[in-house]
Amino acid sequence: MTQNAIEIERELGIVVERMPAFPKSVQRILELTRRVDCSPKDLVGIIEKDPVITLKVLRVINSAQLSLPTKITSINQSVVYLGVNTIKNLALSIAAIGILPASNAAGFDIDRYLLHSLTTATLARQLCALYANGEADPGDCYIAGLLHDFGKIVFARFKPEQFGQVLARCAAETGLSSHHAEQALIGADHTLVGAMLAAKWQFPAPLVECIRNHHSPAAPASAMSDCLRMADLISRLSNQGDSEHPYREGEAPINPQRFGPDLDRVIASLGDLDKLIAEARGFAQAGRAS
Amino acid sequence: MKIRFWGVRGSIPSPGAQTVRYGGNTTCIEVRTDAGGLIVLDAGTGLFALAQALLKKLPIEANIFITHTHWDHIQGLPFFSPLYIPGNAVRIFGAQDVVTGAGIERAMEVQLQYSYFPVREVEMRAKIEYENLQVGASVRIGDAMVTNSILNHPVVNLGYRIDCNGKSVFFTGDHEPYFNIYEPGDEDFNEYQMLIEEKQRMVDDAVRGVDLLIADCSYTDAEYQDKRGWGHGTFSASIAFARRCGARHLICTHHEPTRADDDLEHAFDEALSHCSLGPNDPVVSLAREGMEIEI
Repeated sequence: MTQNAIEIERELGIVVERMPAFPKSVQRILELTRRVDCSPKDLVGIIEKDPVITLKVLRVINSAQLSLPTKITSINQSVVYLGVNTIKNLALSIAAIGILPASNAAGFDIDRYLLHSLTTATLARQLCALYANGEADPGDCYIAGLLHDFGKIVFARFKPEQFGQVLARCAAETGLSSHHAEQALIGADHTLVGAMLAAKWQFPAPLVECIRNHHSPAAPASAMSDCLRMADLISRLSNQGDSEHPYREGEAPINPQRFGPDLDRVIASLGDLDKLIAEARGFAQAGRAS
Repeated sequence: MKIRFWGVRGSIPSPGAQTVRYGGNTTCIEVRTDAGGLIVLDAGTGLFALAQALLKKLPIEANIFITHTHWDHIQGLPFFSPLYIPGNAVRIFGAQDVVTGAGIERAMEVQLQYSYFPVREVEMRAKIEYENLQVGASVRIGDAMVTNSILNHPVVNLGYRIDCNGKSVFFTGDHEPYFNIYEPGDEDFNEYQMLIEEKQRMVDDAVRGVDLLIADCSYTDAEYQDKRGWGHGTFSASIAFARRCGARHLICTHHEPTRADDDLEHAFDEALSHCSLGPNDPVVSLAREGMEIEI
C-alpha cells in the first residue's frame, strides 16, 4: 500500500468513527433503551437497519484487540458473542454522537441512500436463500447489501465538494454512473472506499471482495457477489434510491447460470416487493419527519 | 494443582451470621500450579484475605486473571497488599472493554480516583503489568497454561481453563447459558438457534474433560424465570454443562448475596434432587470460603 493510500485509509477511519447514525435508528434506540428490559430482538431489528451502527458494531467486534476466533458478520452473531447489553451500550454510544443530518454540503440524499441500502440488503438475503445453493450465507448477503454503497456516504462527508460535482455530473450526463464520475473527479470510487474500510476492520474477505467488485462485471463471480449485484439491480429497477445510478434498459444480465435468463421471473420469485419496499421506506423516512 | 476459594459470593459482599458457613466475600480463587506458581482467578473482596496470607512469604509473583470488570470481581484489587511492597511482581490479565475500548488497566484506574481511594497507582511499589488478552489466547504461567474463552455476560467475560501436567480446571466467571432472543416462528429464530448452538459447542469444547469445573450457579430454575438476560447461570444448567463436557467435579459458586447458608443448602439439595446423578456423573459441590481442593 502506498503512503498516500495509508494516509487516506487513516483519514477515512477517523471520518467514519465520527459519523453519526441515521435519525430513525437513533430515535428508536434511545426510546428502547430507556427500559431496563428492552427486547433484544427489537434492538437487533433497529441496529441491522442502520449501515453506520452496523458497520461500527461489526468493526468493534472484529477488532484485532479482541481477535475472536470467528469473523462476525451479523448483528445476531454479535449478540451471541458479546451479549445484548454490550451491543446495546455500543449502539447507545453511537447514538450519542448525534444524527446524520438530512442535508450535507455535497447535496447527497441520505434518505434515498438508506432506502437503497435497506432494499438491497433485504433483497440480497432473499436471493441468497433462493439462488445461492448454500454457497453463501443469507446474513452475509444482507450485510453486503447494507454496506455496499457505504463509500458514498463517506464521500459526502469526507469529500463534499468533489462528491457534489460527481452528483451534478451524474444528473447532467445520462448514462454516466457515479463510480465512473467518482474515479474521474475524486480519483477513487465508492466501491474502493467501502472495501478499504471493510478490510481495515477485518471483515471477512468474501464480504470485502463483494463490496469492491459490485460494479465490476469482469470480477470473479461468487454466490454472495451475484446476490448483491442482482439485489442492487432489482432495487434500482424498482426505483429504490441510488439516483446516481438508475436502472437502464439493456443492462447486462447478472450471472444467468445462477438466476436464469428471465429477470421478471427472478423478481416474481421474491414475492411481494411492495411490502418490503414500504417497510424500508418507512424506516428511511420516519426519522426525518419526527 | 491446589485450588483454594477466598470468595464465593456474587454481586456484593455479604458478611454476617447468616452467611458465615459459606462466606460473604466476593469472587476470588487461588490456584497453585504443581511448581508453586500463583494464579489468582478474579479479584473480588476475597483477594484481601489472600493478600494477608501471601504477606507471610515475600516476595511474590502473582498472576491475576480477571474474568470481567464488574465490581464483585475487581473490588479487592486496590487492597492487594503485595502491590505496595517493592520486589513483588503482579501481572493482571483481562479483556479489553468493547464499549470504551479501554484495556484491563482501567479496572485498577477507576478504583484509584482521588475521591474514592487515597492512594495513587504510582505509590504502588511492586512491579505491575497489565495484559489484554485476545479471545482464545493461551498464557504460560510457569508449568501451567491458562487459556480463555469468551462466555455470556453483560460485559465481556472470559472463562479460564488452567492446564498443568495433565490436570485441568475451568472457571466460568459469570456466565448465563445461551438462549434464543427470538420466539419460534420469528424469521430469525432458526438462524439464531444455529448461532447459539455453534457457540455452545465452542464453549463445551474448551471445557471438555476438565477435572474441575467451577461455575456460576447464582439461581434456582424458579428464580431464573425473572432473571433471564442478567448474565448468570443456574444449578441445573451448570450440572448439565458439566455432564456435557465430561467434567469430573463441578463446584457451584457465585452464591446469591441474599441467600442465607441454610437456604443455599436447601436450594442446592433441591437442584440435585432433580438431576438424579449417577456414578458416571460429575461430583457436585458448593463452593465455600476457605475450601481447598487438590487435583
